[in-house]
Amino acid sequence: MRSLTYPLSVAAVLALGFWAYREGYETRAVEREVRQLEREIAAKRRDLRMLRAEWAYLNRPDRLSALVELNFADLQLMPVTDGHFGTAAEVPDLPPPVAVAELGLDASVSGIVPTNFEFGAGAAPVVIAPAAPAADGEQVP
Amino acid sequence: MTPPLDRIAALLRRRPAALDDPFRPVPGAAPAGAPRDGDADRRRAGRRLQFTAACFCVAFGAVAFKMAAIAATGPAEARVGVVDTGITSDRADIVDRRGNVLATNVMTTALYAQPHLMLDPVAAADGLKGIFPDLDQEAWERRFSSARKFVWIKGNISPEQRQAVHDLGEPGLLFAEREMRVYPNGPLAAHVLGGARFGEQDVRAAEIVGVAGTEGFFDERLAGAPDAPLRLSLDLTVQNTVERVLHSGMQLMDAKGAAAVLMDIRTGELIALASLPDFDPNARPRPATEGDPADSPLFNRAVQGLYELGSTFKIFPAAQALELGLMNRSTMIDLASPLPKGGTHIRDFHYLGRERSLEDVIVESSNIGTARVAMQIGSKRQREFLGALGLMEPTGVELTEARGARPQSPPPNRWSDPYVMTISFGHGLAASPLHLASAYASLLGDGRRVTPTLVARDQAPQLGPEIVSARTAAESRWMLRQVVARGTASLARIPGYRVGGKTGTADKPKHTGGYWDDRVVTTFASVLPADDPKYVLVVTLDEPNDRTGPKVRRTAGWTAVPVAAEIIRRTMPLLGLRPDEGPEDIGLYSLARR
Repeated sequence: MRSLTYPLSVAAVLALGFWAYREGYETRAVEREVRQLEREIAAKRRDLRMLRAEWAYLNRPDRLSALVELNFADLQLMPVTDGHFGTAAEVPDLPPPVAVAELGLDASVSGIVPTNFEFGAGAAPVVIAPAAPAADGEQVP
Repeated sequence: MTPPLDRIAALLRRRPAALDDPFRPVPGAAPAGAPRDGDADRRRAGRRLQFTAACFCVAFGAVAFKMAAIAATGPAEARVGVVDTGITSDRADIVDRRGNVLATNVMTTALYAQPHLMLDPVAAADGLKGIFPDLDQEAWERRFSSARKFVWIKGNISPEQRQAVHDLGEPGLLFAEREMRVYPNGPLAAHVLGGARFGEQDVRAAEIVGVAGTEGFFDERLAGAPDAPLRLSLDLTVQNTVERVLHSGMQLMDAKGAAAVLMDIRTGELIALASLPDFDPNARPRPATEGDPADSPLFNRAVQGLYELGSTFKIFPAAQALELGLMNRSTMIDLASPLPKGGTHIRDFHYLGRERSLEDVIVESSNIGTARVAMQIGSKRQREFLGALGLMEPTGVELTEARGARPQSPPPNRWSDPYVMTISFGHGLAASPLHLASAYASLLGDGRRVTPTLVARDQAPQLGPEIVSARTAAESRWMLRQVVARGTASLARIPGYRVGGKTGTADKPKHTGGYWDDRVVTTFASVLPADDPKYVLVVTLDEPNDRTGPKVRRTAGWTAVPVAAEIIRRTMPLLGLRPDEGPEDIGLYSLARR
């Protein structure tokens, strides 16, 4: 019996030591990974802040009004005045929605929303394609 | 006992010493000649045992030390988690009431030099001059050749400039990463935001310090809670509209400056606060060291500009007379008999007849009539009333500039009859347009004190102390509505919006004493809609001249009112206020609607 007890406990100590060692190393590896991820998160947050600042800069009222004036022929946007308030009675009855299939479009085209409305008035169904940036990617005046 | 337990007990039991134990002391004599050798052996064995024991002691000591060290240090896992990534910036953003960014931080690069690392200081200064034309080449050559170990060159350079400096290949020129404050909307709301500069700076980071406006006032809050944006009460779109209209109006009226305050009449939240001329907080100009500080673009006319606001004050004695029960709106006021001593020089703009009702005194803006009402009220009550409206102390709005803007009024012991009369129509007491707006909001909303604020309120504020009854407030609004409907502010008649307001034209005081003949400050203070008040708008023009007619016109009715009317026309739809074409309430505005 004694001959079995000593080897067993020695083996158990060895096994435990091995296990503890491996756990230690694994923990350190995970910690390194977490630190790496934290650095990445911090970098992404920084990028996000930068993008938010850029978004605010691109949406500054000065630029928007310049863009509105530049694209007046297409958009015909005007400052909001008291004449822009409507009444519920002016809203036309909604026509039934049109399914994409009915428009006879190529099924591979995606990101298309059929709408029956142009500026809210009842008009023929129109396809609004996703906006395409200019060739040089620059749309800023 | 069971046999297995027996066996375990037998194992644990100390073994009896065997009879043939070799170390058992042998009785009898030792071998001859052995004692000396035995002593040496024993000493040697003793030394070996001591050595072994020392080894064990060192080994166990090392283990114990390590264990103690592990026990004493905190768990390494504490660093894992969101603690490291939680703080994302040095300073909180400032946003408007809808969450549009007004001020934020971006990463930028600073340039510094370590002259002792430089290979060729002359070439470095020459190269920098090529990149930054504003640098003084000789001065930097001197600095680079000096014994200094560290010099800041530029606090903020663009990526292109950074690359150009990098391309110089000078090891003594180094870059530091830091955050920088940016105001993406440029000069919009410049006076509210103020501006920021670098404080303590280091190679790894730089402290951003607010210098004026909300940046200055909330400096500790912005630096202390960098992840919670500060939400202001401003509305970016409305602010932009107000500034644009005000700018056009200022140019049309050939004015030197202009200010506008748009305030929520219940909460005191400032929806727009504009002062022109303005500046770009991204490149805040230096304060003027000479000349009149009021001419600097940094000067906030809406908050710091203390002007005699003229006839806009006339509603205060009228409302107080109603509240005290001295008069009602139809009480006839004598305009013909002479005023008491000290008021004999008071004249009206044009002859208004022998007597008019209190309402007509306001509508026709009679100085004599208002002075007579004020004389009935008396000095003490007038002073207390104006104090209750907040016209005797700084407004308390959250701007560093507001702390010093205390209205200029005569001291209580010198507040004599001549002052009572002139202050009743807005002369002799200088206050800022923001003071006027808060006083109008306090008087005309619920008759309760309203404190102006630039911070968006999440919940309704605590009601201030009552100044006048709701009935007096409604009657005052009615009188102001009549000013627009049939009085001096006829250009503010806007279909659908029942504007009530009072014009005010005051001659500007000369620095040398006396008043200018041809320099005025015109003000239009309005409440809208008059029957269901939601907003107070104050527009002030500094030295306007309307030259569209054959004669130059300078009264508020021709200058401030049209500008205010255009602001109302443009901003009220933005604020979601529907035009109401229905018939106007006849008689007193019903209190039930409020």
